[in-house]
Amino acid sequence: MSTDTDTDSFDFDGSALRRKRLLGKAFVGACFAATMVGIVALIALLVDVVTEAWGWLTWEFLTYPPSRFVENYNPANYGALDTGPGGIYPALIGSIYLIVLTAIFTLFLGVGAAIYLEEYAPDTRLTTFIETNIANLAGVPSIVYGLLGLAMFVRALQTGSSLLAGALTLTLLILPIVIVSAQESLRAVPDSMRRASYGTGATKWQTIRNVVLPEAIPGIMTGIILSLSRAIGETAPILMVGAATSMFAPPRLTQPTDAFSAMPMQIFDWARLPEADFQHVAAAGIVVLLTILLLMNAVAILIRNKYNRRR
Amino acid sequence: MSSESFDLTREESDVGGFGDRLARYVFFSCALVTVLTTLAIIVVLVNGAIDFFAEVSLVEYFTSTEWDAINETSFGIWPLIWGTMLITVGSAVVALPVGTLTAIYLSEYADPRVRRTVKPILEILAGVPTIVYGFFALSFITPILQTLFPGTGTFNAAAGAIVVGIMIIPMVSSLSEDAMSSVPDSLRNAAYGLGATKFEVSTQVVLPASLSGVLAAYILAISRAIGETMAVTLAAGMLPQITTNPLAEIQTMTAYMVQVGTGDIAVGTVGYQSLFAVGLTLFVMTLSMNIFSEWVRARYREEYQ
Repeated sequence: MSTDTDTDSFDFDGSALRRKRLLGKAFVGACFAATMVGIVALIALLVDVVTEAWGWLTWEFLTYPPSRFVENYNPANYGALDTGPGGIYPALIGSIYLIVLTAIFTLFLGVGAAIYLEEYAPDTRLTTFIETNIANLAGVPSIVYGLLGLAMFVRALQTGSSLLAGALTLTLLILPIVIVSAQESLRAVPDSMRRASYGTGATKWQTIRNVVLPEAIPGIMTGIILSLSRAIGETAPILMVGAATSMFAPPRLTQPTDAFSAMPMQIFDWARLPEADFQHVAAAGIVVLLTILLLMNAVAILIRNKYNRRR
Repeated sequence: MSSESFDLTREESDVGGFGDRLARYVFFSCALVTVLTTLAIIVVLVNGAIDFFAEVSLVEYFTSTEWDAINETSFGIWPLIWGTMLITVGSAVVALPVGTLTAIYLSEYADPRVRRTVKPILEILAGVPTIVYGFFALSFITPILQTLFPGTGTFNAAAGAIVVGIMIIPMVSSLSEDAMSSVPDSLRNAAYGLGATKFEVSTQVVLPASLSGVLAAYILAISRAIGETMAVTLAAGMLPQITTNPLAEIQTMTAYMVQVGTGDIAVGTVGYQSLFAVGLTLFVMTLSMNIFSEWVRARYREEYQ
């Protein structure tokens, strides 16, 4: 073995490497800690809401209209009340109706626009403009949509502060998200299916109706439900449109120009009241809202999974 | 492939009958709704603002440092912009470092199983309604601040900034992670081959290579913080003032709009018209941030094969 004396005297600085390793470990630690911030915040939020609501969320809370007096919400007082207990019923029904109407409007407008952009739109400046515009609309703050709804639907079209005005405003708000997700679903339909359909002599509209849409509809539905679950939690737009806070009777779906209340609005109203116990009432309302959100997301995930398995 | 030349998206409608042409127009009008929405937003805001500026001078709006729309005495936008800036800067201080480190962890360090668990959890965080964040600030964050700093009011800018910060973490982390994940492995491997540690690869190769996407995520998140409404209304309060004390009550532009919207100011008054001027200011601010974000992404994008 020929020995080279130079290698023996090679001066390796071990401390620099140790420092590097330590720095690396500290950095991973920091990254991990940062990741935990989000998770811990979510846990803290859920625990906070549930503990505040504990004992205040009853069946009566779901089935009675709101009350001005905080005592009426407390289950301990239920037996001794002149009136019925306080609850979230009109706002709960209002929110559900609001979402049903919004779903109908977005289904037509969102899917229609997506079909145009994916299947029909020529490669022109106008198409690029429409797509850029949709991207920009998605970044407009929700309260600005509220102003739009107030000026355009409530005032100009004279719908008043109604269920209809609220639903139309929410429709415009989630339209950009619905269009983009529907476009993705349409894009996922392989071109070979379209060609096969044209090959049988089908026209474009027949192809879309009989081949493309049936294939894309599960993905489209998932996108719409997820967007609706965003809409149901939105407060600012319906607040500007003029959702009421103390409705004692739920709105009627057959009378879409009636005044309405909705859960986020009702929660906002409770949360800003000074009496400390109203915090529990607001928390109970939030638990109801989050439960409905969870259910909507679960349905969306179910549809998506079923669809993926078929593929 | 020869099929590349066969464009399926054009002109087949000429073949069909009346129904086919009708379908095309119906779908086109659906797409047109989005353009009309933008137009309507601009018309509504500008129209309302013109009415407002007929009563209040632009000079007062942009130079006065006092906002008192309830008594209709002074309409200087700066206290509201200041409130919005306090929340925005504070939330950025929370969300940008946390979101970036989360993105680096998920993209570079976490094993796929951890990533598959953590990403949906962060998505849930992004899906929680903002009114719930407002409640969380009031019932959880503010009490903690009051214990740490006695004298903190029920409504304070710090709680609003923290809660908005938490709210935009998922936005920063998920958009940044997308950008980092799209950096090709050959770049990482080249750095490893030169003897770089994982820390050096993450911070000196991946982060610079994905910088355009990360910056675009920052700008979008900040734009979101500017437009955030319900959480800051509940947490930060309704007192328009220019203060450097983060524990003081403030009012953001959005919170002011809520105040008008809940009926504190009578319809038809100058105070009420100010709604549209403030809305226009907000709209211009967020729109320019969004366009700026898109420009940054396009301008500084690194292309990889």
